[in-house]
Amino acid sequence: MVVISDIFVQLGQMALVLLLAPLLTGVVRKVKARLLRRRGPSVFQPYRDLLRLLRKEVVLAENASWLFRVTPYVTFAAIWVAAALVPTFATGLEFSWSADLIAIVALLGSARFFLALAGMDVGTSFGGIGSSREVMIAALAEPAMLLMVFCVALIAGSTQLSTVATFMASSEVGLRVSLGMAMIALIMVALAENARIPVDNPATHLELTMVHEAMILEYSGRHLAMIEFGAFLKLLLYISLIICVFFPWRITTEGAGPLSYLVSVAAYILKLAVASFLLAVFETATAKVRVFRVPEFLGAALMLGLLGTLLRFVSRGF
Amino acid sequence: MIPAVTQQVWCVAALLGTTALAIAAGGSRRSTAIVYGTTFAISLVALAGALFALIAHPGTTALTLPVGLPWLGSHFRLDALAAFFLAVVNLGGAAASLYGLGYGNHESAPKRILPFFPAFLAGMNLVVLADDAFTYLLCWEFMSLASWALVMAHHREADNTRAGYVYLVMASFGTLALLLAFGLLAGAGGSYSFVAIRTAQHTPSEAALVLALMLLGAGSKAGLVPLHVWLPLAHPAAPSHVSALMSGVMTKVAIYGFIRVVFDLLGPPSWSAGAVVLILGGATAVMGILYALMEKDLKRLLAYSTIENIGVIFASLGLALAFQASGLGLAAALAFTAALFHVLNHSFFKSLLFFGAGAVLTSTGERDMEKLGGLIHRMPLTSFAFLVGCVAISALPPFNGFVSEWLMFQAVLQSPDLPQWVLKIMVPAVGALLALAAALAAACFVKAFGITFLGRARSPAAEAAGEVDRYSLAAMFCLAALCFLAGILPGLVIDALSPVAQAMTGHRMPLQADDPWLSIAPIAESRSSYNGLLVFVFITAAASLAVYFIHRFASRAIRRGPAWGCGFTDPTPAAQYSGTSFVQPIRRVFGTLVFQAREHVDMPAPGELRPARFKVEMHDLVWERLYTPVTEVVWFFADRLNQLQFLTIRRYLSLVFATLITLLLVLAIWS
Repeated sequence: MVVISDIFVQLGQMALVLLLAPLLTGVVRKVKARLLRRRGPSVFQPYRDLLRLLRKEVVLAENASWLFRVTPYVTFAAIWVAAALVPTFATGLEFSWSADLIAIVALLGSARFFLALAGMDVGTSFGGIGSSREVMIAALAEPAMLLMVFCVALIAGSTQLSTVATFMASSEVGLRVSLGMAMIALIMVALAENARIPVDNPATHLELTMVHEAMILEYSGRHLAMIEFGAFLKLLLYISLIICVFFPWRITTEGAGPLSYLVSVAAYILKLAVASFLLAVFETATAKVRVFRVPEFLGAALMLGLLGTLLRFVSRGF
Repeated sequence: MIPAVTQQVWCVAALLGTTALAIAAGGSRRSTAIVYGTTFAISLVALAGALFALIAHPGTTALTLPVGLPWLGSHFRLDALAAFFLAVVNLGGAAASLYGLGYGNHESAPKRILPFFPAFLAGMNLVVLADDAFTYLLCWEFMSLASWALVMAHHREADNTRAGYVYLVMASFGTLALLLAFGLLAGAGGSYSFVAIRTAQHTPSEAALVLALMLLGAGSKAGLVPLHVWLPLAHPAAPSHVSALMSGVMTKVAIYGFIRVVFDLLGPPSWSAGAVVLILGGATAVMGILYALMEKDLKRLLAYSTIENIGVIFASLGLALAFQASGLGLAAALAFTAALFHVLNHSFFKSLLFFGAGAVLTSTGERDMEKLGGLIHRMPLTSFAFLVGCVAISALPPFNGFVSEWLMFQAVLQSPDLPQWVLKIMVPAVGALLALAAALAAACFVKAFGITFLGRARSPAAEAAGEVDRYSLAAMFCLAALCFLAGILPGLVIDALSPVAQAMTGHRMPLQADDPWLSIAPIAESRSSYNGLLVFVFITAAASLAVYFIHRFASRAIRRGPAWGCGFTDPTPAAQYSGTSFVQPIRRVFGTLVFQAREHVDMPAPGELRPARFKVEMHDLVWERLYTPVTEVVWFFADRLNQLQFLTIRRYLSLVFATLITLLLVLAIWS
């Protein structure tokens, strides 16, 4: 029985992240628009965009190879699997043990690897510039992310997200300086990885400052839909990760009744709403930095992760 | 039944016999097939024997032959560690022989390669089998010289002679360090057999000195920074299947030597030894991959990436030493297993990538990536195998490179248990360095694959390329399959490695075969676990689901059109992103410090007709700050001593007389 209910929770989570991801992006866009005193499109606009793209034909460049056509599905699948393994509303996911936090980060790395290759496939300058900057940002973000993982794993004694969430939800944790540093580091990495301001601007097209959008410039139709969907999922994944590690209140741990699932889903959606509001406020309040200021931004994240880890050693109390 | 060690020695004898056969057979096409066919068969037999000795029938067998030093003889011994490294050597040897069956036909001077190839394989096998210091050093030199002959195979190319020269100097230097290390180990008694060395007591200062000498000797062969300078010159200079052996296998033989002495012969380690090895490994990993990123030559890029992987392996070994010194046996076994797993993985994917580079070289005649491009259309199978190698070496799931990196990070996470404060703080920092190296490796191989195989052809040679022969493809696909299998079934590999970890660290990782669904859990499932098989199944299922639904219910229409150039459609393939421009962001972030990279833009004034020029200036600081001064000093003294060549006979005689008197005086004062 436990196994069956766990499988249902797992499937429910896979469907939930898929359904919520476009909405999350829609909410962020809507709030940003309202903050700028624009009306903005409906929060359901991303769903309509996806459907429109899916129905359109694909325009492929003449020399695009099979890799270019496979990449959208591979990246989407890798991100979806990663998103399905982050506990959102319940920790008892049937398959959460098949990949820990390090593996989830690496899965996102696989997605980015293929996307960067696809950017170079057609052989235009835009794809190249996007890929080259994307891998530069990734090279800086990954060590920062790993130090954050170390810091959390040292406190929780595990890199397994279910265990971490259960530990963090228990009352014995309290407020810790090193956890706060790790959280800020994770937020900074999340901004960089999701191509948000101040690292990249998700709303620009055809500017020399753009990174992610330049890389996928050649994509159209259903391929573009898959990549956009992947990007929505990735944003949801990072926000879920922050929620799961640092704010796992009301998350259903193992052996709880069906009512607790309802409560935790509601709590999860509420947390997502708060996070998307904060993201929109942050993005409206800051400006995008130049590409070569990004290393300083991510270097700060790295230092915070390292300081958090060291602080953890220096004093057990922090 | 004959003991396993005798079997392996017979295989070595057969390889040496093949060398004689190759000398007799000459350089015809037929003898190419015979030589590589024979080495392929022998390597497979030796591989089977090694695997049998490692997995099915673990135990130690020894053999003494009455050759070598008269009072010593030649000792050979096959234990778990030797069996594992023999498996690595012979697997690489079998793959390279299979590849050579096809690749060797394009060789311009086969007589310069065929005799040395089996000798090189025999040398590597012998180093792993040797069980006394004399045999070990002799075989080590034999291996170095055989590989040197292969590096010099194409000696008419100017760079290759320099590569061979630098290699010879560094190899001699490395052997000198090893000689001194074994001299210290043998002590005043001079008992050269490993059995005697193992039981002898070594003072801490002696042990530290031996460790330093081993880092110099084995480290220079493996490619530790700053002793790596010969490696990116020599490895690419050899024919590609030999490059694969040198990078994928010979560096592992050097690591075997390091493990044999430091873990086995030297006795209990000190934590500071672990710290030194850890730091050197971390620094080597980052430096190696930064060099690789800046490289334009495909084979040199792969050689530099070997340096990175050696750094990763040494860092894991350093961790294992540190854990072992503090009595944390399980953590030591974990770090040690991670190192061995990476040894295996690197031998798989580096051989595969060098084979791919060789295929590109035969097909286009180019090693310079800036003249390649678009090969995915013309060499579809090679590019697929190369892509697998790139994904695996970039440590991405579900391939094998990720598993060993993951195990290593799990070992790093055990660092809070260490009692030393220095290590507690240092280990996470080195962990971050290794994460940086892994991320940069991904960037490097996006570049290597993207510039070589994707985009549009940058030269007529790349335009006219074609797929390579079946033997080469078979070798590449076998290795690609191994990369994949080791990635999705890591538990089997870890269990196979556990006798080695048991022998060297006294502990082993928990048995992985019992874990449900073939997942791996280094300490306990609640702490961390990973299941490559399930991750692969999930990704495949999710991708197939997406493809099915979209093609069934949405659209499947495709239209081909010209690429979108934003109104500026670039006419020539030269306007594409090149390798140099691809790494420009990384060069600006890291290169200004590490390579003192400067960019010079020479922009003509308005109205002037000369073209604008862009120049990147980079310095190899290791070479300029370390090796150039040393060579200058050597030159200075050589110049001074040169005058001794042109003396009259009287002066020579008086010199001899003066020397004699001085020596006698010294002797008189001494006693």
